[in-house]
Amino acid sequence: MRIYVPRDAAAKAVGADAVAAAIEAEAGRRGLPLTLVRNGSRGMVWLEPLVEIQTEAGRMAFGPVTPEDVPALFDADWKRHPLALGPTEELPWLMMQTRLTFARCGITDPLCLEEYEAHGGFEGLHRAIGMSRAEILQEVIESGLRGRGGAGFPTGIKWKTVSEAQADQKYIVCNADEGDSGTFADRMIMEGDPFTLIEGMTIAGLATGATRGYVYMRSEYPDAVEVMIEAVRIARGHGLLGPSVMGSGRAFDMEIRVGAGAYVCGEETSLLNSLEGKRGVVRAKPPLPALEGFLGKPTVVNNVISLASIPVIFQKGAAYYRDFGLGRSRGTIPLQIAGNVKRGGLFEIAFGMSLGQIVDDIAGGTASGRPVKAVQVGGPLGAYFPRALFDTPFCYEEFAGAEGLVGHAGIVVFDDTADMLKQARFAMEFCAIESCGKCTPCRIGAVRGMETVDRIARGDAAAIPLLTDLCATMKSGSLCALGGFTPYPVMSALTHFPDDFAPMKEAAE
Amino acid sequence: MRLAEAEFCARVDEILDAHEGLEGPLLPILHAVQEAFGHVPLESLPRIAERLNLSRAEVHGVMSFYHDFRTRPHGRHVLKLCRAEACQSMGADRLAEATQTRLGIGWHQTTADGGVTLEPVFCLGLCACAPAALVDGRVVGRVDDARLDRILEEVRA
Repeated sequence: MRIYVPRDAAAKAVGADAVAAAIEAEAGRRGLPLTLVRNGSRGMVWLEPLVEIQTEAGRMAFGPVTPEDVPALFDADWKRHPLALGPTEELPWLMMQTRLTFARCGITDPLCLEEYEAHGGFEGLHRAIGMSRAEILQEVIESGLRGRGGAGFPTGIKWKTVSEAQADQKYIVCNADEGDSGTFADRMIMEGDPFTLIEGMTIAGLATGATRGYVYMRSEYPDAVEVMIEAVRIARGHGLLGPSVMGSGRAFDMEIRVGAGAYVCGEETSLLNSLEGKRGVVRAKPPLPALEGFLGKPTVVNNVISLASIPVIFQKGAAYYRDFGLGRSRGTIPLQIAGNVKRGGLFEIAFGMSLGQIVDDIAGGTASGRPVKAVQVGGPLGAYFPRALFDTPFCYEEFAGAEGLVGHAGIVVFDDTADMLKQARFAMEFCAIESCGKCTPCRIGAVRGMETVDRIARGDAAAIPLLTDLCATMKSGSLCALGGFTPYPVMSALTHFPDDFAPMKEAAE
Repeated sequence: MRLAEAEFCARVDEILDAHEGLEGPLLPILHAVQEAFGHVPLESLPRIAERLNLSRAEVHGVMSFYHDFRTRPHGRHVLKLCRAEACQSMGADRLAEATQTRLGIGWHQTTADGGVTLEPVFCLGLCACAPAALVDGRVVGRVDDARLDRILEEVRA
């Protein structure tokens, strides 16, 4: 029998390792031959640990499974059991998705190259090897792919700049410093389908003439780091990385680097400084990293999901990818639904779904069963959306128009017990803790912001215009998105939930 | 004392040798030093600086910039609790308070017996199974009262 138990950190966090051990022990006790595959997660985190068994009719899902359930599941011959969910592929959560970037995640053994290839892996790279640099760049530009890290800059244009730059060495740097709360797509793809990132980075190398790559990962992701290091070792062993990628005669190799717990290192210039072994302080732009990046050389800095979306674009063609989406937001976006939700996890879909559909229909409302009060989109620098804005379509421009941001597409739901003044204060506190210190609006502004929110909390209504003014200064005067975007959660909380900013005053009256 | 110092220098040199030839080697070196000694001993910094042709101030500046590097050993166990928004929406603040009360320590502190160090962390990527914790590098999600009991039992054993 062939049984799948995810090795994804979210599955492990709720007991997948213990379930895997229990299954092995039980199969041993019954003398049943067992192949246990530790796959990535299917993204249905509320059902984790989600165990699957291979049958003639496809894979059958059971979840959430505890070690105590295992003997009974064997007794039931993995058929009729209260935890049985039916064929995995027919679960509504999966059927409603368009899985392009995450096509293999949860299906294959993440570290098995044969399975990777059997499921379309390296088809994109094969095709890219047969193309000229200009053709590769054109394909990426035509796909409409924009930076999935949050800035939304067209990936093909960035690559073109690096490709045209003259230098003895160029670099591909993958930004895997996924620090935004509510986001875990980078972690999931690295743990569940690491070769797709390696393939995407290699194509970026071919397109730009860069022969070296780095993946800058978070130290908070020990499981992902382990998988990526192993995947790079396997890829190198098979000649997929090295002096002649797939025998093409073109070189590309890469290294995994681990950060040291600094949120600001998710900002590309700060990341580059950190990678060089310096303090993770933000650099002023220009010069653009595309021209003077890592060690002063032309460097592509792309988010994990941007790079992991490259293979499918080359496998199926730019037009196929571009035909999904809405307006200027093309292709698919892996939504990460988190926080106080009934159904949380990863949901990949074409751009354009409304926030309300995501929160009410996909996530099924709150886990607590209480009404939804606010939804923070785009991490700690993203705006809090009230229900009144739930018709906003999930796209870059539309979210910007609602004074918010898509960011890395993390969606955190809060129920009506949330205190939005407290959330605004936290945004300032977080900015103060994580500020790199280079520019004044961020370094000093965040501290003053905390103090000002505290004044409001004590009933000082005169501090409200002060907070608004401070936010305007931070927004337009900060060097990077940390200080520049912290006003989003603060101002959205203040604008959409004014009642939370006047409790003490009312009590005093 | 002399011998211990010689051993210490030899260990640091070994780490420096192992990172020879890397581009931007300082973070990997500091990680390796912390792995070897449980913290980054201040005495290691001049040695690192000399090898990398940097000033001591530069190396100290880098070490002190990052939350992960510590100049003193932590407790036998390290408990990290996520303080970020997704975990907040599922009661992380209450969980942190309960943990601090039961351990009798605040953030960045170690219990008097040297058993447990409590650290805040901002996101473990376990936002769909919040609130989340990291116990000696092992991920734990959906930390309710029962799971917290088990974690505290484990780290205080």
